[in-house]
Amino acid sequence: MIDFTEEQIQRYSRHILLQDVGVEGQERIMNARVLVVGAGGLGAPVSLYLAAAGIGRIGIVDADEVDLSNLQRQVIHFTQDVGVPKVESAKEKMLAINPDVQVDTFHEYLDSSNALDIIRDYDFVVDGTDNFPVKFLINDACVMAGKPFSHGGILRFNGQTFTHLPGTACYRCFFKEPPPAGAVPTCSQAGVLGAIAGMLGTIQAAETLKYFTGVGQLLTNRLLTFDAKTMQFRTIPVRQRPSCEICGEHPTIDHLIDYEQAACDLRK
Amino acid sequence: MATKILDITKEHCPMTFVKTKIELSKLQEGDTLEVLLSEGEPLDNVPRNAKEQGFNVLRVEHVEGTTHKVVIQK
Repeated sequence: MIDFTEEQIQRYSRHILLQDVGVEGQERIMNARVLVVGAGGLGAPVSLYLAAAGIGRIGIVDADEVDLSNLQRQVIHFTQDVGVPKVESAKEKMLAINPDVQVDTFHEYLDSSNALDIIRDYDFVVDGTDNFPVKFLINDACVMAGKPFSHGGILRFNGQTFTHLPGTACYRCFFKEPPPAGAVPTCSQAGVLGAIAGMLGTIQAAETLKYFTGVGQLLTNRLLTFDAKTMQFRTIPVRQRPSCEICGEHPTIDHLIDYEQAACDLRK
Repeated sequence: MATKILDITKEHCPMTFVKTKIELSKLQEGDTLEVLLSEGEPLDNVPRNAKEQGFNVLRVEHVEGTTHKVVIQK
């Protein structure tokens, strides 16, 4: 059992008070290792809340530098951070909130060459990315490595998320493959209401904390979607597809794939 | 059957509960925790909260002034 310091008792008091979390749940949170892919709209609230909660070790992957156009929704980055690698900017804020956590930074794109190596050291992965190729990559890598993950996506006024545990539906079970490059706009082309990044990212952070504490029911085999225009939330039942190319009975995918990305999404 | 003493006379709600909860979570079956607390809100609520969590409140004693001792057993 961890002997909480006086500061930790104060800091985590509201978790310790919760019947379903308590001392034991907070210890599990402090022993947890989480990888956040993307330090953007979703990664920002996820990283801030996970650091605040005291997740022991948090890895963040992002190859980009902070751009002025990010600040409308990526609340972990400040105006003074424009031009700074997002992972460094994020790490600074996370440690400012909670110096107890260890933050590992990966200033690179996640792709088929590094994905399995990077996720290996973590217990749970959060997808905070903005394009289909890497969402499928995260799905496939996590299924192959037997890692649970939280999927998240936002566009315009809409968000969707679900949680995968080994043995439950994966992203490919219901979206077989990425749409053709350019067929679906990303939020860098279509726009996104800044606050919905917070709405969705905090759901992902809550799922992560539920996973480690064992509280309640995760969004497994359920896809949660919302439309912020009407503020309607729906939960759509999904199930594992026996013919799924990655998690089905006879998987046909045995290696990670780097799908083509729409030309205008390619970074310089 | 160990006994531990916890002094929360200088604490306020909700830290009274937090500190008691942390010490209670360390008890083995049969162990007791003696909590020194102030009358008023802590004395009214800490023993009740311990009972709600499934612990036995063996006794409550007046120590001196406004300080009381609550003996809780797992």
